[in-house]
Amino acid sequence: MLEIKDLHVSIGGAEILKGVNLHVKAGEVHAIMGPNGSGKSTLANVLAGHPSYLVTSGEAIFEGGNLLGMLPEDRARAGLFLCFQHPTEVPGVRLDHFMRAGYNSIQKSRGLDEMDVLKFDRFLNEKVGIVEMDRNLTKRSVNEGFSGGEKKRNEILQMAIFEPKMAILDEPDSGLDVDALRIVAEGINQLRSPEKALIMVTHYQRILNYVVPDSVHVLIGGRIVKSGGKELALDIESQGYDHIEKAAESLKSSR
Amino acid sequence: MKDVPFMTQRPATQEQAYLAALESFEANGYANDPSWAHELRKAAMFRFQSLGFPTSRRGNEEWKYTDVGPIAKTPFQSLDSAALSRVDAADVDVASFGDSAWSQLVFVNGSYAENLSSVSSLPAGVTVLSLAEAMRTMPDLVQEHLARHAEYETRAFTALNTAFIHEGAFVHVPDGVLVAEPIRLLFLSTSEEKEIVSHSRVLVVVGKDSKATIIEGYGGISDGSYFSNAVTEIVVGDGARVEYYKIQQQSDRAFHITTTDVALGKDCYFSSINMDLGGRLVRNNLRVLTEGEGSSSMLNGLYLVNGTQHVDNEVIIDHAKPYTTSRELYKGILDGKSRSVFHGSIIVREGAVKVNANQVDKNLLLSDQAEADTKPAFWIYCDDVRCGHGAACGHMDENALFYMRSRGIDEKTARGLLTRAFVSEVIESIANEPLRSQVDGLVQAKLQEWLES
Repeated sequence: MLEIKDLHVSIGGAEILKGVNLHVKAGEVHAIMGPNGSGKSTLANVLAGHPSYLVTSGEAIFEGGNLLGMLPEDRARAGLFLCFQHPTEVPGVRLDHFMRAGYNSIQKSRGLDEMDVLKFDRFLNEKVGIVEMDRNLTKRSVNEGFSGGEKKRNEILQMAIFEPKMAILDEPDSGLDVDALRIVAEGINQLRSPEKALIMVTHYQRILNYVVPDSVHVLIGGRIVKSGGKELALDIESQGYDHIEKAAESLKSSR
Repeated sequence: MKDVPFMTQRPATQEQAYLAALESFEANGYANDPSWAHELRKAAMFRFQSLGFPTSRRGNEEWKYTDVGPIAKTPFQSLDSAALSRVDAADVDVASFGDSAWSQLVFVNGSYAENLSSVSSLPAGVTVLSLAEAMRTMPDLVQEHLARHAEYETRAFTALNTAFIHEGAFVHVPDGVLVAEPIRLLFLSTSEEKEIVSHSRVLVVVGKDSKATIIEGYGGISDGSYFSNAVTEIVVGDGARVEYYKIQQQSDRAFHITTTDVALGKDCYFSSINMDLGGRLVRNNLRVLTEGEGSSSMLNGLYLVNGTQHVDNEVIIDHAKPYTTSRELYKGILDGKSRSVFHGSIIVREGAVKVNANQVDKNLLLSDQAEADTKPAFWIYCDDVRCGHGAACGHMDENALFYMRSRGIDEKTARGLLTRAFVSEVIESIANEPLRSQVDGLVQAKLQEWLES
């Protein structure tokens, strides 16, 4: 579904990603783990098309199309979804209106029926249950005055509404207490299917107890230094990133 | 060194031209006014002659950012009665706001157009009348308030308007009367061969425990140049509630100066919402004075400017009495090479304890060449008060834009949603429903047009 080849990305002249390779198939869940500043969020944002990042070389093929050449809105329409680490507040734009605008523009681009206000309202009523979110929140301005947990739930709610082929979740667990983490993780699991793929970007292993990955990749200094199965996440938890980094370096130097 | 020819004759100034126009009107159209009106005009013209038009010279903070040179230099034509035939009911319909059943006085180039006006279904005792007629039929009531609130000793444009005080609107609501339907005053200008100046005047007196809504509309029938110099005085009685709306859609070549002076009684509520949607050079002077304790006021505004438009809003709230509150929210969207100025002054007088005043001005710049200047000023002579202000000026939030696009919303639509969101706070503060929808429609249409181009 997604093939990333030798991706180099910089921001403000500083190179953040220094040759990332990743292959994700339908039905798979990949975890990208790494310490702060390793480039995890850059990878998530650049795949969604954030204009601040500059791709200097490499490519990303999504469903056979050149992802990096597409506008952010076209990536969403092609079925890619970014679950933001720090979702932006948009004062004055009501959340339900915002979601309907996005939903309808995606439907329209696919030649599918758009939903009127009443129909979308009913649709939203069904979906808010997935993340146990207060329906009244959707009548407020997008993320304005939302707590950290409410913002995360809102991201998962949007994921449930847009039903993307591939979702990239940028630290969906950060700042959540145990109960909120469980709700968010369950929401994510409900959206797993053999046709869909997930990339989980996370610093900590704990969410992977709930959303069990097929593969784990360790991103350090803009490169994936180690890949493995779900047990790799447990190694990181017990031994820390330093250990993995040193092991990776000694492996490289011994070659 | 060359000889400089000695100037034998001072060139005629536009100030002198106004004096000559007044002298001719006094002998003609103004002849039947009460004697105090003649005296008032004479005194005001005298002040105007010595003040002259303001200049943006050093030290003149009031006019530092706004150059009224083009107004001072243009030989505008003053009229004491206008050719009204060019304006018909269809023009009025286009320029009007609210429900067509509501009372409306229409003025063309400053003159009352009786055939285009209608006054209906007002409670007993309420007066909605042309000022010239009111000066004849109820001179004492008019004289009690007219020119008592709009100070013309130091303000040239107010002096100029007062010097031609004759035509305009008079609204009087006696004590204890609730006027449910808004009263509309519509001032239209036409483009003539010679550019016209109109000095329209409004006096609104709302008695104790009464309620009224006033909608002032300003517009141009064509896209020519003219000068509209309006003054409005509003007296809000103790315990009264007055909503005041001013919606300006002048032509892109028009000069539009307004002065609104408001006197607030005890425990009253006053709201002013000012919409600037047109004009080439616009300056609004709003001054609110609390004359009694316990009043509250909301002073909001929205300006949308592009091209080389210049809009300057001066808002002065004078908290002279204790326990008075004020909330100000002005927002602007600027495109092209346009410019906006916001002078917001909050004055708290000695002894005016427990004043609660807040002022916010926010600007959204859609281009790199637009410029917004915000100048908040506080004069606080009392300790026990709460005053705050906020100002912001910036381009569209790129993160919000990306967030929307990442949800499939195309860039143009996303920009539209964000600009709409920016103005919504002011539009939602319009309490009157049909008016709110109409203004919203106008604003959205204008923003849509900008984003399309």
